[in-house]
Parts: sequence; C-alpha cells; structure tokens
Amino acid sequence: MRLQTVLAGASALCLLAGAPAMAQKMYDGVTVNVMTFTGPQIAEPLQRRAPDFEKLTGAKVNVVTVPFSDLYTKLLTDWSSGTNSIDAAVFAPQWMVDYISAGLLEDLSDRVAKDKDLQEDDVGGFFRDFSQKYGGKIYMLTLDGDFHMIYYRTDVLKDAGLEPPNTLDEYLAVAKAVNGKDMNGDGTPDYGSCISKKRNAQAYWFITSIAGGMIQSQGTSQGVFFDTKDMKPLVNNEAFGKALDFLKETTEYGPPNEINLDVGDTRSLFVSGRCALSYDWGDIGTLAIDPATSKVIDKVGAAILPGSKQVLNRETGKLEDCTKETCPYADDKGVNHAPFASFGGWGGGVNAAADPKVKEAAYAFFSYMEQPAQSNVDVTIGKTGFNPYRISQFKEMDNWTKAGMSETAAKSYLGAIEASLDSPNMILDLRIPQNQKYQQVVEDEAVSRFLAGEIDKDQTMQAIESGWNDLNDQIGKDDQLSIYKATIGAK
Amino acid sequence: MMSESPATGPMPYSGFGAWLDQQTGRIMLLPAVIILLAFAIFPLIISAYLTVIRFALAPGGFKLTFIGLTNFKRLIFGAQQYHFLGTFKPLGFLLWAVFALVVVSLLYWLARYLRSSGASAFGFLGRLITATLLAALALLVLASIFAGGVPGTLVNTLFYVVIGVTVQFLLGLGLALLCARPIRGRNFFRVVFFIPLIVTPVGIAYTFRMLADMQKGPFAPISRFLGFGEWAWATDPWSARIIVLVGDTWQWTPFMFIVLLAAVESRPFDQVEAASIDGAGGWDIFRHITWPAIAPVGATVVLIRLIEAFKIVDLPNVLTNGGPGLATESMTLHSFIAWRTQDLGGSAAIGYILLFVSTITCVSFFNYAVSRARKHQ
Repeated sequence: MRLQTVLAGASALCLLAGAPAMAQKMYDGVTVNVMTFTGPQIAEPLQRRAPDFEKLTGAKVNVVTVPFSDLYTKLLTDWSSGTNSIDAAVFAPQWMVDYISAGLLEDLSDRVAKDKDLQEDDVGGFFRDFSQKYGGKIYMLTLDGDFHMIYYRTDVLKDAGLEPPNTLDEYLAVAKAVNGKDMNGDGTPDYGSCISKKRNAQAYWFITSIAGGMIQSQGTSQGVFFDTKDMKPLVNNEAFGKALDFLKETTEYGPPNEINLDVGDTRSLFVSGRCALSYDWGDIGTLAIDPATSKVIDKVGAAILPGSKQVLNRETGKLEDCTKETCPYADDKGVNHAPFASFGGWGGGVNAAADPKVKEAAYAFFSYMEQPAQSNVDVTIGKTGFNPYRISQFKEMDNWTKAGMSETAAKSYLGAIEASLDSPNMILDLRIPQNQKYQQVVEDEAVSRFLAGEIDKDQTMQAIESGWNDLNDQIGKDDQLSIYKATIGAK
Repeated sequence: MMSESPATGPMPYSGFGAWLDQQTGRIMLLPAVIILLAFAIFPLIISAYLTVIRFALAPGGFKLTFIGLTNFKRLIFGAQQYHFLGTFKPLGFLLWAVFALVVVSLLYWLARYLRSSGASAFGFLGRLITATLLAALALLVLASIFAGGVPGTLVNTLFYVVIGVTVQFLLGLGLALLCARPIRGRNFFRVVFFIPLIVTPVGIAYTFRMLADMQKGPFAPISRFLGFGEWAWATDPWSARIIVLVGDTWQWTPFMFIVLLAAVESRPFDQVEAASIDGAGGWDIFRHITWPAIAPVGATVVLIRLIEAFKIVDLPNVLTNGGPGLATESMTLHSFIAWRTQDLGGSAAIGYILLFVSTITCVSFFNYAVSRARKHQ
C-alpha cells in the first residue's frame, strides 16, 4: 500500500513536470553546462528553475554567463576548437546558421516531434517556423519572443493632448513636445525619448527598426538588408540617411549620456518614470508592472514600430510618397509599418559533440523551460527578459492580470506584439552566415561613430556599405544572396 | 671483513650517477623552462602564425588560409587604418611648422650624439629608429588630433601611457614625500592609498563606473550643485578619455606611491639632516639629495608601469565599451574586439604591433632614462 502511494506520488510529480524525460530521476549524476549572457535577464529564469529541474530529473544544470558581446564567440571557440566545456546554450537564433554550418548544433527535430508536453502547436508560427528552424530542421527551442516596438507614457501624452506616435515624424514631435517635463514627480526635468545607443552592446538593432518602415513595404520577402537582385546593401540611400538623422535627433530629447546606455539602462529609466517614449523589446511591458521598481504601473502603452508615408525607391535610392502599389500593407492613414523581429527571441540549442546522456538532459531542460507551466509564468516577470511567444499567452488575460497588469495595459502590450506578429510586412532579422560581423561589428561601429560625431551621415552609410560589400566578397556573394533569399522567402 | 667506510670522503660516482650529478642544474631548471615554453614562447609563436592567416568557419570546424602580411596592411594602409591609426586631416601651415620643429629637434639630437665621444654605430642605429618613430608619431598626432581628424587606437593607447604614467608618477611621488614626513596617522594613509592596487582591474573598473555616474552616482549631487547635472562625460571624446585616465590613475598611483615611498625612506638621512642644519630649503633638499637618491628607482618603476600601461583594457571596456565612437578604445581592446569577431589574424597583428611599439618605447626609455639615472647614482 505504501509502495503504491510512493509510486503514485512520483508519477504525479512527473506528470506535473511534464517534461519528456522526467521518469524516476533518469539523469541522476548528469551535469549540463549551459551558457548564456550575463543576467539578470535570460540567465535569471534558467538559474531559478535549474534546482527545480534537478529535483525532478536528477540533472544538475550549471548556468555559465558571459557578457552579451562575448557570447557568440565564446560558444564558437569552445565548440569549434573541440574544448566542448559547454553542453548547451541559450543564444540568438540568428547565430545558429554559423554553428550549424560548422556542424556544432544538435538537430532536435525528432525529439520535438515526440515531445507532446511542449505543446508545440501553441508556439507562435514565427518562432516555431523561423526562430527554431534552419533548413527545415529544428535546432533551437524558443524560450522568449522578441519584437521591437515602442512604449509611451499614457499619462504624459494625455496631459500634453498628444496621440501615441504612428510615424517617425510624430515620434520626434511627441518627444520634443514633452521633453523636459517632470514625469515622475521628483521635481527634476525628464526626457522625451530614451533609446539605447551604446556601442558593443544590444543597441545595434534599433537602426533597422527605424529605417525598416521606409525600406521594406512589399512584404517580408522584400527584405530590408540587401537588394534580393544582387545583394547590394540597402544602407546607402535616403531612407537609411533619414533613419540616422532620426537616431541623432532623438539624442537631443534623451538622457545626456544616452550614447553610453545599454537597454538595461534605458529600461530602468523608463520604469522609474524618466522617459515619455522608448524603443525596446517586450521587456518594458512586464518591468513596468513590478511594484518593487516601477513608478509607471498602469501608465504605459505599447504600439507597433512607427512607420513612414514615404518609402524607398530601390532604383533611385530616393524616398517617394506611398501609393497603393508601393505600400500595399499601409494602415488606414497611409503609413507603412515594418515591425522588426529583431533578434528573434532567445532560444536553447544543444552542442552536437556533447555526451549523449548530457544532450538528452539539456534538451529536457529546455523543454521544461518552454512548457506552458513554466513559460506562462516567466513571460509575465520583467526580470526574466522572456517575452510572450505562445499563442495562448496572447489570448488568456488571466496570466497577465494575476501578474499585476491591468486589462487595458495587457491589451495594449499584447496588442502591439500581436500586430507585429500578424503583419505581412514583418522584417526578419539577418540570418546569413557570419551575420554577427555585418551587424554587431560593421554596422554597430559605424553608427556609434556617427552618434559620437566622428563621421558624418554620408561617411556612415559608405562605411556600412563598403564593410558589408567586403564581407560579401570574402564569404561569397552568390552564396550569401541565395541564403539571404531563402531565409526571407524571396524568389 | 668490513669494507672502507664511505663516510670518510665523497662517494666515487661513475656512469649514470656521475652523469646525473653533472646534469642536476639543468634538471632543476627543466620544469621552469617547460612552463616558460608552454605559457610564453609557445603562445608567442602561435600568435605570430596567426598574424599571417585568415580564420574562417567551415563545415566540421574552421579553415585557416595563409594571407601573408595582409592583416598588417589592413591596419596600416587599408580598411582598418581609420581604426588603428585614425582619420587624418590636412595640416595647416602652423602644424607643418610644429612638425618641422620636431624633426629639426630630433636631427639635432642625433647630430649631438654623433659628435659625442661615446658614439657608436649601434647606438646611432637605435637612436635613428627612436627618432624616426617619434617623427612619425608626431605627424600622426598632429594630423589626427590637432588638424581635426579622429585619433585611432594607437594614439589613444599612447595617450593613456604617456599622460597616465606621468600623472601617476607625479602623484605617487607627491604622496610618497608626504607619507615620508613624520605626520600623524601616516600608516593609516599608507594603507588607504594602497587599497586600489589590491582590487582586481575589473573590480576597479566597475567601482569607478559607479563613481563616475554623474546622474545616479555618489558625486551626482555635487555635479548638479555645480550646474553639471545634464553633462555626461561619456558623450565627449576627450572627457571620456580623461575619465578613463582618471580611473587608471586611481588604480595605479598606489603602485608608484609604494615603491617611491620605499625609495624616499632609504635616502641618506644624514645628508638631509646636514643640509637642513646648513639652512637648505625643502626644494633644495629634494633637488640635490632626494631626487638623485630616488631617480634610479623612479626610472625603473616608470619602466615597469609603462609596460603595464600599454595593456590597458578593463577600464575602457567596462566604462565605455571603447566609445563614444572609437574615442576610448585602446590597442588591447581593439585586439580583443577583433578576436571577438573571429578576426583572429587581425587581433594577433594588433598584438604584435603593440609588442613592437611597447618594446621600442621601453627600450628607448631604459637606454635614455633608466641607465642614465643609474649612472648618475
């Protein structure tokens, strides 16, 4: 009788955990070293849930953290040199192409197919079919849904009689109008706009979010980085120039040290009530409801990235007014939006050279993290850095109201992400081989030098264009073009 | 019958025993030699190899392609010139005049050496290399800083080295002279001044980042009171460089201080006392007794610090990530960033140029300052 009770209890625990490999602590004695970037975001939920996972399965998970700018290379060095001290990692899906081409990432397709507890059908189509896959195979499990959007202070805009910005020009106008007002009641002037602009950090995606609405208007397969005819970089034209001007002008309405602020800094400023507007991923939405740190609870709205009524003519390099032909997906005000799936959401991948038992345990850990029981909670906590990516997370309001978000705020927040996810003109992040060099090295450095005043707008565009052309030539322009077209679905 | 006791004289070794006895010295040294080869010579050879290759990912791992001196050419003449040497602007008449003055001064220095009694071909060659590099450096500084261009990582590094080491030496010397005086609580000050050196460089960098935060840091109320509340050092290239320098100075002045304090305290006190009785002032005592006594130690400590200063990386990396733009990026950080982007060849090439620049600087300093100070003693 007692034995039956114990077995029934163990079975119930396994069912509750829901992971595929939860039976009878089958990973006793197994240690999994998982690398990700220095937290608290992303690392925090992994570290917090690792002991629970160990209790359920016996597998010990060591979370190793490195600065974001080192993550790509640390993994590459460890795995390609054969050191293999890291068994699995949580990283950007756009980097997986380099790891896969070198044979370093484990194909997880069969495991996912057999893993009913994942409830894979509930994972948003973009993350399921793009972020997790490469070449039709699944190499990563999504743990976070990432999209750029804008946040605004509902109270500040209401007091100023302003509407949330729908275009880049409106964004600048709102930022200018409210800049210098005291927005948190501490008696000091606050800022119209806060955008992370730090070099060698996570700021380099924002230029694409700004330029995107002016460069891509014909749908996702048109692409925003290169011309799909000849792999010509789309960074030396009027649209990109206007985006650079926009980025520089927002600095006038931002904190004095804005060009040295990473996203963590701008998020802190926003939730402490010091900014009226901000560009960010989904993090501000959940950080803003944390009563311990937020001074803007129920004062935050979110919207799709601002667009433009003018789009790039790729032949002339000039901006032209939108028409029905050039902007088929424009909104009812004639504004073309191109929401940017920047980064694509943190996901877990497994080292192909790890011990088979360790691979199984690593997969089980990522599966455990992705399952609704864990994920539905984690995406509502700001410090996790995890944003919603399951379809049910957009539909069920209970999770959000339980976490402290008002229904209005939840609808605004989830609505902005959903609008982006549903857009046929969504920008897919660059996922050609060595994309990290294109964005994190060439583009980031040139934009930083521009913001620091070292080079002017034209020199910046020329620097990025020549840097990208050099990389195309080095790696192989034709190969890069065919991969680029394949990743965005261009013909 | 008992044999003769071996204790009466040395054991007569032969064969393997004798050979072992002869080799004892070498065997004792072997572990140290192996460690040195493994951790110093081997990496040096491998990184020399890396300077002439291009690293690329390939199926199953990576591919190394021999590309000759391309990595060096990219840094000095090619696509990475703006990063390493900087961006140049044409020199105006005044700046050309300054450059001409530098060249004439160097030529005069060379001519004076040739006329001296101890001139040698080897000595002249060394001075010619130093003079040529100084002239090139002067042109680089004039074209990148004074003509309105943008300095690259080489000039940034030399700024940290030359200005930083000079300031640290002067501050360290000043503190050493103060703490050598019979003041109350001097042992306490000695410990306090020494603390920053004990903390790891990254710890110093993060602590200093917190201290230098003019919006939320401990000095924020003061900066607001002084009307600098909206000023951010991180947005201006020179203020950012100076803040990095201040952090470096905070970290390394204790090193200068502790060594110079030992030197000051070992100066001949009977001479100091005699000079005081004879009515010599503080400056005279410093100039004629203290300085000659501490000069050899001072020159040596500066040399050690020079070698270390060329490797500055933690502070600019933590404080600014090399920004704004490239303003605070040192050569070591440049090399680290190149490594981070799998440009292993470029990273190694920067490392080798750094080795060359620091060796020339330190050898020149040794020949023209340390040796002279020792001779003076």
